[in-house]
This record gives sequence, structure tokens and C-alpha cells, in this order.
Amino acid sequence: MKKTGFVYDKRYLDHITFDGHPESHFRLEAIVDGLKEIGLMDELLQIKAEPAKQQWIEAVHNIRYIMRFEEACIMGLPDFEHQDNSICRETYDVALLAVGGVLKAIDAMMEGKVDNAFCAVRPPGHHAETGRALGFCYFNNIAIGARYLQKHWGIKKVGIIDFDVHHGNGTQQIFENDSSVFYYSIHEHPSFAFPGTGREFEEGTAEGKGFTLNTPILPGRGDMDYRKKLTTDMVPAFKKFEPEVLLLSAGFDAHSSDLMSGVSLSAEGYKFISETILNLANRYTDGRVISVLEGGYNLDVLPRLVADHIKMLTDS
Amino acid sequence: MFVSETMATDLITVTPETTLATARKLMQEKIIRHLPVVDSAGKLVGIITDRDMRDAQPSSLLSKEDYARTFELVMQHTVGEVMTRDPLTISVFYTLQDTLLVMGKKKVGALPVIDEDGVLKGIMSTRDLLQSFVNIMGIGEPGTLLCILVKEQPGQMKKIIDIVTEENVSLGSVLVAKYWDKEKRAVFPYLMTGNVVKIKEKLLAEGFELFDPMSWYLDQLPQKKEK
Repeated sequence: MKKTGFVYDKRYLDHITFDGHPESHFRLEAIVDGLKEIGLMDELLQIKAEPAKQQWIEAVHNIRYIMRFEEACIMGLPDFEHQDNSICRETYDVALLAVGGVLKAIDAMMEGKVDNAFCAVRPPGHHAETGRALGFCYFNNIAIGARYLQKHWGIKKVGIIDFDVHHGNGTQQIFENDSSVFYYSIHEHPSFAFPGTGREFEEGTAEGKGFTLNTPILPGRGDMDYRKKLTTDMVPAFKKFEPEVLLLSAGFDAHSSDLMSGVSLSAEGYKFISETILNLANRYTDGRVISVLEGGYNLDVLPRLVADHIKMLTDS
Repeated sequence: MFVSETMATDLITVTPETTLATARKLMQEKIIRHLPVVDSAGKLVGIITDRDMRDAQPSSLLSKEDYARTFELVMQHTVGEVMTRDPLTISVFYTLQDTLLVMGKKKVGALPVIDEDGVLKGIMSTRDLLQSFVNIMGIGEPGTLLCILVKEQPGQMKKIIDIVTEENVSLGSVLVAKYWDKEKRAVFPYLMTGNVVKIKEKLLAEGFELFDPMSWYLDQLPQKKEK
């Protein structure tokens, strides 16, 4: 049994998106209710989130972008840079708290209070680039977490695994020149799915060449392809890279009943993902994993998929 | 959709009097394979390609000294002696479709674009053409491609567009393709959004079929087709 931390804060519900927007506060409520219902919540160590200091946001995003975002929220604009990015006056503060939640989880793990952790945060982050909001994302939670691990905790090599069904263009862009962060993403093929990046030939640039790896999955495909690709692409890549900590962009929108994508992964397929990643973690990172919620929009299956994932974190 | 909107206009040209040595250096420095040849008035008189250049060069089978000596002599000749005169051109009023068809038919890698007076205005390479189709398909910007099967009857497209419009989403492009079932067509709208749940739900409620390309592909395989 592992000691697993859990980040959640009621204030995450204060980021209100427009009516009918898939990235709604109902997602977190469903996850939390689901965990309580099966008694899993009691087994998790609750980690209290605090707003991230601007210093850490600036470790990834440029200052003009941060100010534009804050301003849009203060002015009460309905969206930020694209109609997909629905915002309200509280969004900026909630986004800071989402990043802060991830940083607190990292602290708890690095201080040895927990072995690993799951962060039930929103807004999500992996589409956010250094200076651009995209796909419901404003601050790149996972990327800021990686920089925090390096600058605050002295970790040299961070591995990021992104199994959201959409490609994490933001995370890729942030680390594409960097050989100290390995970014791996498995997602629906970019010819079909948002945002249209993450092709096999995108493999990092300059010093970071070879430290980005993308596995696109064609629509209609599911468990079989994931099993094959994770085993042949992801595992060898991380064996070679030998990360000291693994960060997960955990998206649950590849499930067959999630209309956000055309990929057809089953709950069993998701378990295989978690299992494979945790095996890697046990081998290379001393079990150190921070998993951060990204997408997952079907409220009927999301709680179960998250619960399965967390259960494997505790059992790993 | 006219070539004048997408052709390259930062032109590197030579005159018939330019030496091959200069032309060769230009091609190597700028990493280009086609040099339009113009007269003093800017009129197109020919084109010289890296292949013309190679044809003019001495054989690589010659001894090192012979090669160097001949090479030096060859390079003193002028572009006018080896260029292709009256090359295939297109006019600034050509559409991308025209260019696509001409390039396929004539098997050329680049076409000089001229105005009514024969003055060189630009050059359109296969690479420029490809880039213009990236723009036409809208795929340079983030978005999602839907794959919808529709019955071959009037009014289907309107329903789709109405649903997309109701959800206030911009269209990057819409492609329509033949489907193996003669009574159906495949429609591929590229939506400039990551938020497609509502649109998909509405399409399904309207009776449209969302198909995944993989099963389509499998259906297309010969053994399946015979069934």
C-alpha cells in the first residue's frame, strides 16, 4: 500500500464556464462524490491547496500573457482569446489555486508525507502555451509543476506522461527545446482531434530533439493500440531517459462513451495505462508520481475512471 | 483562391547574361532549384533549374584535374545558353485548382507567374501550393475534424451547418468525399474548437451517422467489399 495524497478545494468550483460547457464544475463534484461513495476518499491524505506564487507561473508563462489573462477576468469578459476558453471573474484566482494545488502535492511528496498524489484541479492546463490560452486551459499546471520540481527541489530530470485524448500542445511547446524534461503524449490522431498537433514527426527541437515523443491513435481504435504503443513507445523511452519524478497529465476523455473524442478506450484500457505508468515509476522514480486532472467530460464514467486510477496509485 | 495570393513574391532572378557560376552560387545560397530568367524590363525569358545546371556540368567520371579545368570553363558560360526558353508559365489569374491540375499534368516543380505583359510577378512551387492547401483546409489553426455520413439528398449540408452555427462555432473548412455506399456521402467539417460534444449530440439527434475513419478503412478493404 502506498500513501496517496489528494488535492481538492471547493474554490475550484468557482471557475464557472458558460451553460452547457463541457469543462464545468460538475466534473469535480462528480469525482469527489464518487470517491466518497466507494469509501476511497477516507484512505487519501488530503492536501490543502494554496494559490501559487506568481514567481512559479512566470517560470513558464510570459508576464504579458499573465497580465492579459488577469485583466480579462477582472473586466468580466465571457471568454479569453477564444470562445472555448470560457471565463468568469474568479477564473484567474482559481487558476492560481489549481497550479498551487499541484505545487503543494509536489511538496508533500518531496517531504515524504505521501508517496504519490492525485490533483483534482481545474481549470486544466496542458493546452496552455507560454503565451497562449487554448482548449479550456490558462496556466499549464503540469509544466509549472515540472519547473518547480527542478528549481525548488533540485530535480534534474522530469518525465511527463500525457494520456489525455488531446495532444498537450502547450506542454510540448514549453519543453520542446529542453532535454531535462521528457514529454510523452498518447492521443487521438491530430488530423481528427483538437488541437491538431502531436504528430509522430514532432520530436522536439534543438537541444530538446528526441525528448518529445508523440503517439497518435486513430479514431475508432482503443485498448489494443494503447497497449501496443505504450509498451513499444513509452516504456523504452522512459527507460532510456531515467526520470527522477513522473508527472501525469491525466485525461479521461479517451473513453468510448466520451463524445469529446473518437477514440474508444475501455475502463480496462485505462487501468492498463495506470498500471504501465506505475510500473515505470516503481522502477525509475522510487514510485514518485504526481497525477494531475486534465480532461474527461462524460460525468457518468469520469468518477469511476478517476477512482480506478487513484486506487492503482494507492495499490502500486 | 488565386495564385497571386499565395505565390512567392520575394523573387530571386537572373538575366540571360548572368554566368553559370553566379547562378549556381545563388541556388546554393538560397536553397532553391528554379531561377526565373528575366530581361532588363522584367519580362520572363526563360527558367534555369538545378537540372539544367547539372546537365551543363562536366562528367563526374573525369579525373580530378580535368574536372576542375572543365568546370571552370563551363561556369564562365551564361545562363542564356542553357536555360529553358519559353517555359511553362501561369498567369496571375490562375486559380489554385488550375495550378494543381497543371502541375500534375505537366510534371513540373515550379511555375513562374506572369502578368498580361509577360512580366514576372511571382513563382509558385509545389511547396507553395501545398502550403495554400494547409490554409484552405484550415489545419494551421487548432480545431477538430468531424466525420459525418449523410444521405445523398438535398438539404443535408444545411442541417449540419445550422447545428454548427447554433453552437456559435467557426468553420475552418468542409470537405465532401464519395463514400463506398452509393447512397451516402462523407462530410468532413473542420471546426475551430475543441468543444464538440454538443454539436455531436445534436448531429446524432438529427439522425446523422458519425463514423470513425478506421472502420471506414476496414470496410474498404477488398475482402470486406466482396461480402
